[in-house]
Amino acid sequence: MTQLEWQAAVFAELKRAGIRQVGYVPDAGHAELIEAAHADNDMRAVVLTTEEEGIALAAGAWLGGQRSVLLMQSSGVGNCINMLSLPINCRMPFLTLVTMRGEWGEFNPWQVPMGSATPGVLERAGVHVHRVDRPEDAADTVVAAASLAFDSRVPVAVLFSQRLIGAKVFVK
Amino acid sequence: MSEGTLDRRAVAATLLKDPGDLLVVTGLGSTTYDAGAAGDRDENFYLWGAMGGAAMIGLGLALAQPKRRVLVMTGDGEMLMGMGSLASVAAQRPDNLSIAVFDNARFGETGAQRSHTAYSTDLGAVAAACGWRDTVQARTMAEVEALAPRLRREALFAVIKISADEVPRFLPPRDGAQLATRFRRSIGVAEP
Repeated sequence: MTQLEWQAAVFAELKRAGIRQVGYVPDAGHAELIEAAHADNDMRAVVLTTEEEGIALAAGAWLGGQRSVLLMQSSGVGNCINMLSLPINCRMPFLTLVTMRGEWGEFNPWQVPMGSATPGVLERAGVHVHRVDRPEDAADTVVAAASLAFDSRVPVAVLFSQRLIGAKVFVK
Repeated sequence: MSEGTLDRRAVAATLLKDPGDLLVVTGLGSTTYDAGAAGDRDENFYLWGAMGGAAMIGLGLALAQPKRRVLVMTGDGEMLMGMGSLASVAAQRPDNLSIAVFDNARFGETGAQRSHTAYSTDLGAVAAACGWRDTVQARTMAEVEALAPRLRREALFAVIKISADEVPRFLPPRDGAQLATRFRRSIGVAEP
């Protein structure tokens, strides 16, 4: 299964889950999803200046009766911590898809501290964490995560491992 | 920079007079109390935390409810923390969202320390540079009176120069789950 294929499958599941607003801070690993969200007439892709904006966006969407997802990379997780009090206090769903850096063949040492801390930080902040290591698990995991988030109204993060998305190549 | 003189409760009462079906999001701190003091209602969503998030909640709500009017009321400190969201909102150009910043040039909740707007920052100019086409500043109650209907009609970013004087506390509900549920019920999107 190629990256294009599993990302297309993930996008199809986001559509099926009724996602209407897609907040994102770009990551190369999310490039297909971001492009697909921009191209979809039933979705609004919202570029953010920092990741916690996407949590507030999702809260506003929920207040207005829509579902939202936040796309980010692991370096942005730390920016989100206090804003997570919003969905947790308000019993709102929150779904984020996180591409991992700093764990598999990472070239850039500045990615390693936040990447290593990402699952633990999310869990301590009250977020349910699912991890995807194999392309064939990506879509199913997103289905389960969306169901947990929107049916049980809890914050859920899906971590796409760096091995899955492929380490960024700095020197070709 | 010269400081404001307006009474914040009088400003809130003017902006929220006869609110109709206006959807209101207030930022952490005094604007939450101001909106509550002007009359608690199900269509008010008060932030008691999540500092910096008010404008983006307004955006998500405005995109989800394009036929309704959304007003974000927040303070200078809360807006400064979410300053990037001025760019994120402007990039989406929602025509049903306005923001009113109650600017007393202070962090009022934490001991009235001077904020950036006391030293150097003009939030209206920031918004304009981010792409907000209409920004306005109000320093008198006559200007606030004129502003009130525009905030419900246009996509406006307004800075209202209020006094830093303390006013009596008014504490609206703070249970987030209850606030979210009653808000969603009031606009007909709550689950049965």
